[in-house]
Amino acid sequence: MPDPRSTPRWRALVVQAVLVLALAGLAYLAAANAAQKLARQGIVAGFGFLGRAAGFDIGQSLMPYAAATATYFDAFLVGLLNTLLVSGLAIVLSTALGFAIGIARRAENLLVRAFAAAYVEVFRNLPLLLQLLVWYVAVRVALPAPDDPAAWGQAVFLSQRGLFLPRPDFWGFAALVPLACAAGLFATGLLIRASRRAVALGQKPVPVLWPGALLVLGPPALAWAGLALAGHPVPVAYPARGPFDIEGGLPVRPEFAALLIGLSTYSAAFIAEIVRSGLDSVGRGQREAAAALSLSGAQALRLVVLPQAMRVIVPPLTSQYLNTTKNSSLAVLIGYPDLVHVFMGTVLNQTNQAVEVVTLTMCVYLSLSLATALLMNRYNARVAGARR
Amino acid sequence: MRVVRPKAGLLLALALPALALLAPLPARAAPAPAERTLADIKARGHLVCGVSPGVAGFSVPDGQGRWTGLDVDFCRALAAAIFDNPEAVRFIPQSSAARFTALQSGEIDVLARNTTWTLSRDTAAMNFPAITFYDGQGFLVRKALNITEVKQLDRATICLQQGTTTELNLADWFRTRGLTYRVVTFANSEQTLGAYESGRCDAYSTDQSSLYGERLKTAHPDDHVILREAISKEPFAPAVRQGDDQWRDIVAWTHYAMLDAEEAGIAQDNVERMHREALSPDVKRILGLEGTYGERLGLTADWAFRIVRHVGNYGDSFARNLGDATPLKIPRGLNAQWNQGGLQYGPPIR
Repeated sequence: MPDPRSTPRWRALVVQAVLVLALAGLAYLAAANAAQKLARQGIVAGFGFLGRAAGFDIGQSLMPYAAATATYFDAFLVGLLNTLLVSGLAIVLSTALGFAIGIARRAENLLVRAFAAAYVEVFRNLPLLLQLLVWYVAVRVALPAPDDPAAWGQAVFLSQRGLFLPRPDFWGFAALVPLACAAGLFATGLLIRASRRAVALGQKPVPVLWPGALLVLGPPALAWAGLALAGHPVPVAYPARGPFDIEGGLPVRPEFAALLIGLSTYSAAFIAEIVRSGLDSVGRGQREAAAALSLSGAQALRLVVLPQAMRVIVPPLTSQYLNTTKNSSLAVLIGYPDLVHVFMGTVLNQTNQAVEVVTLTMCVYLSLSLATALLMNRYNARVAGARR
Repeated sequence: MRVVRPKAGLLLALALPALALLAPLPARAAPAPAERTLADIKARGHLVCGVSPGVAGFSVPDGQGRWTGLDVDFCRALAAAIFDNPEAVRFIPQSSAARFTALQSGEIDVLARNTTWTLSRDTAAMNFPAITFYDGQGFLVRKALNITEVKQLDRATICLQQGTTTELNLADWFRTRGLTYRVVTFANSEQTLGAYESGRCDAYSTDQSSLYGERLKTAHPDDHVILREAISKEPFAPAVRQGDDQWRDIVAWTHYAMLDAEEAGIAQDNVERMHREALSPDVKRILGLEGTYGERLGLTADWAFRIVRHVGNYGDSFARNLGDATPLKIPRGLNAQWNQGGLQYGPPIR
């Protein structure tokens, strides 16, 4: 009859209990130590500093921000919006580019295949930081000097200070234009569903590409022209030359452009590989069956192969999206005012509230990642559940 | 053998909290001791001085790896006063983020690192005994722009290094004058200068003393000019821990001794002769031939004589590190003696 205390199970329990206690003790000591150090440095813990005046300017902001009135919380929001903007756009662009390259890697044409393979190898194998510096430093320096910008019809300008576009103002009557565009997008979505259903039922697929393009672009163009004829033209702010460089309009700053291009092209290489593996996972018989249904190559890809490949593509794609969001914090190195740049840089330095600032920043990235993962998992559940 | 493994695990589990207990101990064992700094330095045999990792003219290692600069000279002057040996210093480069922690934790005895004296820093358990360099935020611009005053930078793009008071000064200055500007900020000075030089910005703004060094790093220094005007007050002062008045006095009076020596005409190249001849009572008091001024500081009577002999007076150090003889060519400006139109004023040694 063995003593119960000598059984492996009991010993394992003791070891685990002691370990948990040790970890809790370590955490407590770390917190106590931090609190003591902060008190000695005269730092008041807590998030009260967020309401204090910031007093510094930020180069690019999606919301109204003026050093005179802004608080540290406003600065936090500016950084957060800039992070969301660049990572959101980078996700969209890298997805489009990545799918194109991934599909090109399985193209019939040798040249297309070779180009796609070269793209993946180059962009995937160079450090992202290096690529960002190439885009920001090398490419920018090659652009025209600020006092002599390239100009297209006095409406679009390009210089080392950025790309300056006319900015239409979609308030009031002009809101019809984006509304028309949204309606077109919705109609295209219906069209795609109809086409899928037709294939599932073994009928001839409804054409999507050209009607879709027409639906998305046609109504807004009509709305634009109609408003002009009706005497309520969409107001457009054009960029113009200022004393130092181009001012007004819609400026696309080099920091933003470099980060967006760098992130998108880098991420696209990984997405291309994910798409290729997804395409490879679909049996050859599926393509042959599609051909037997007299579907064209493009239709077979869009309606038969890709929907099945998505089950393999979506999980790693989610990871890639998370990487893109987190990689956007490399903005620090090229001067784009994202969350890390503004909040962990300037605000942390000015307030010395290191614990609070770092905690808040980590919470933001964690929430962004969890939200992305949640959305993608729901999408994944849909594509994974799809049965032909 | 089967019995041994859980026991090893248990030992490890017990060792972890023991380690955790040890970790915060050194920090607790070294609270800033009152009036102990000088004794500690003497016992250790050398001074430990926090300097900037590389600001031309203030603290940079030269070709032989020897630290040089105005801040470095100040530390050597302290070592000369204490040990009669300007080499009895260990220099520890400090980043701007870590510098105050290093001072407060006792890692360094004094922080001589082009640090601006402000109220919030002064009240954060530190003292700033004396202003060794009067600086101000300035602007580096291309000569071709023909700009002479800061207000001509209205609507310009300005490159900055982030996380410093530079951002706040700039916002305040432009706002109060109803002028506008666009800002591009970078995490370090290399990126900032690179962006300015490549044409991303019309101006580069930081402390004037740094701008002289930054201009030298550009491909064509003569194409760039530093505007005369300063938009902020940046008094650079060495920092010490609060609570040690003796050490604070030594740091303050080391600077004043260098100023008083200059004012009295005592320089590195004539100090031996002055010491022999010592005509005026002023010179006698400074060089320790009269009175017990050095002893009152906890040093020796010849403390200031040692400083000037080994390091020179303030003017010697300025000329050697920043002046016209150097590539920086920083004008004496606000740092001239009070009777030469500047602000440097050494209280009397008496």
